[in-house]
Amino acid sequence: MPKGTLHKASDTVLETRGLTKIFGGLTAVNNFDAAIHRGEIFSLIGPNGAGKTTVFNVVTGIYKPEAGKVIFGGKDITGRKPHQIVSSGIARTFQNIRLFQNMTCLENIMAGQHCRAKAGVWSSVFSFSSQKKEERRIREISESRIEQVGLGRFRDELAKNIPYGSQRMLEIARALATEPTLLVLDEPSSGLNAGETEVLMEFLKELIDKENLTILLIEHDMNVVMGISDKVAVMDEGKKIAEGNPEEIYNNPRVIEAYLGTEEEA
Amino acid sequence: MEREKTGFFGSQQGLLFAIVGIFVIYPFFVSNYYIDVAFFFGIYALLGLSLNIVLGEVGLFDLGHAGFYAIGAYTTAILNTKLGIPILVLLPVSAISAGIFAYIVCSPIIHLRGDYLCIVTIGMGEIVRLALINNPFDLTGGPNGVYDIDFPSFGGPFVIDSSIEYYFLIWIIVVLSIIGLIRLQNSRIGRAWNCIREDQIAAGASGIDVRYYKLLAFVIGAALAGVAGNIYASKLMAVSPESFSFWESCMLFCIVLIGGMGSIPGILIGAAFISLFPEIFRPFAMYRMLIFGLVMILMMMFRPGGVWPRKRGGTEYVSLLSRIRKKDA
Repeated sequence: MPKGTLHKASDTVLETRGLTKIFGGLTAVNNFDAAIHRGEIFSLIGPNGAGKTTVFNVVTGIYKPEAGKVIFGGKDITGRKPHQIVSSGIARTFQNIRLFQNMTCLENIMAGQHCRAKAGVWSSVFSFSSQKKEERRIREISESRIEQVGLGRFRDELAKNIPYGSQRMLEIARALATEPTLLVLDEPSSGLNAGETEVLMEFLKELIDKENLTILLIEHDMNVVMGISDKVAVMDEGKKIAEGNPEEIYNNPRVIEAYLGTEEEA
Repeated sequence: MEREKTGFFGSQQGLLFAIVGIFVIYPFFVSNYYIDVAFFFGIYALLGLSLNIVLGEVGLFDLGHAGFYAIGAYTTAILNTKLGIPILVLLPVSAISAGIFAYIVCSPIIHLRGDYLCIVTIGMGEIVRLALINNPFDLTGGPNGVYDIDFPSFGGPFVIDSSIEYYFLIWIIVVLSIIGLIRLQNSRIGRAWNCIREDQIAAGASGIDVRYYKLLAFVIGAALAGVAGNIYASKLMAVSPESFSFWESCMLFCIVLIGGMGSIPGILIGAAFISLFPEIFRPFAMYRMLIFGLVMILMMMFRPGGVWPRKRGGTEYVSLLSRIRKKDA
């Protein structure tokens, strides 16, 4: 994939226009503009408290913005509910892993297929053939996703009992099971060791190559950011302070300043 | 699908047949009194199963479930005595009216979490009871309630009017409910409910309409309680507000807690405990509550997951593994 190429407007998967989110007196996100293009890995970086996760939460419908718009696939999805946004094709993971702990790994992934299935109460209670067929399909898709992330041996294990690194992958598999066009990952490498991070990076690269997918990423690990991103945006105090390809960001004086500034305070 | 089976079918099929066999022949060997005890066991099983949908499957604290039970019972009582509609016709009507009632009262409170929802449902249950005592539109008969309710009749000579017939009526309904609920548990709806119980935010982020499925649980739970109310009303031939007190809701809550949240065999055990307990300890009636309280405390200490918690998945070996962080691909 050529880096830093110009995209046509029709290639835009997700666009935010003047996104603003205020908590009490704190402007967590201030007039945030971004455009993410098809097939790219877009990283959002910045010091702690810069508002990255808030951007994610607004995009995925957990928060409603005070101002601005989120446009996904040409449609305005601002203020829609999380489950509606998932159905429209954005799937996410969380910074602090949120799995269904007391359900099996396979059931966790099957939950992702929920929004792609239709069976209602009556067809489930009377076990209509359409419902059985649908259940089989959900199971097949979930099985293939669990194999894809290499967790087949844990399929009947409770999610809380599997190792931390596997839990991260399971969460990604659950997100993929919703059949998204945009995958939103909030610090996927946090808590992983060097080896696991390597595996994760390879996995994400492979995903982008094989599936019709775009990835939006929050990441602290600079090796990951520089290694796999096509584009990087930097946030500080709720504002976007820089955007460009990884090399440009790496040498941008404002970015260095923002990072060093917080280092001192911390 | 083998994985999901809680040993209720599958490997323990023999045990299941034995239990069904005992249930079928039991009433032919005991007096009417013990048939009635088993009838009330059935009523509590049905109520336990209905509360289990809300409390066990979705994890919503509902301490006003007797309110839905009351709506079902009074719907049957009033429509039967005032308009003469047959009891069996009123069976679905009671279910629907309790369901609609749940939909209306729960819609505005469904976003509340944990203890907050619990407190509001207590209020809801109490308001239902007080409303019944206040005899609105001269329908509920105030503290005396409604009496002279018919027997269920299939027309002609086929009338359910003996203990043994009521026994079979309630247990057939319980069995049908169990079959339906097991299917629901293993469907996308059951999984969505469990996901909400585990993590509401993650459920939403996985594409589950949290609000819809919570309301659905309340409506189905209330409808099933309404069915129990219908049969209860015709069995007693009278209903009065004191049968639907806060205490009743507490008992139902205990059934689910004792049995194990979300576990159907557990609910049956819990219902057996709640309905048979007073009979077994009748000689020590004075100390009954004391023993009951002690049992509850011991339960919470030694078996917090219930007597028969729902089993999911396989072995525990991986929990050992997870302590030794392993790199995996």
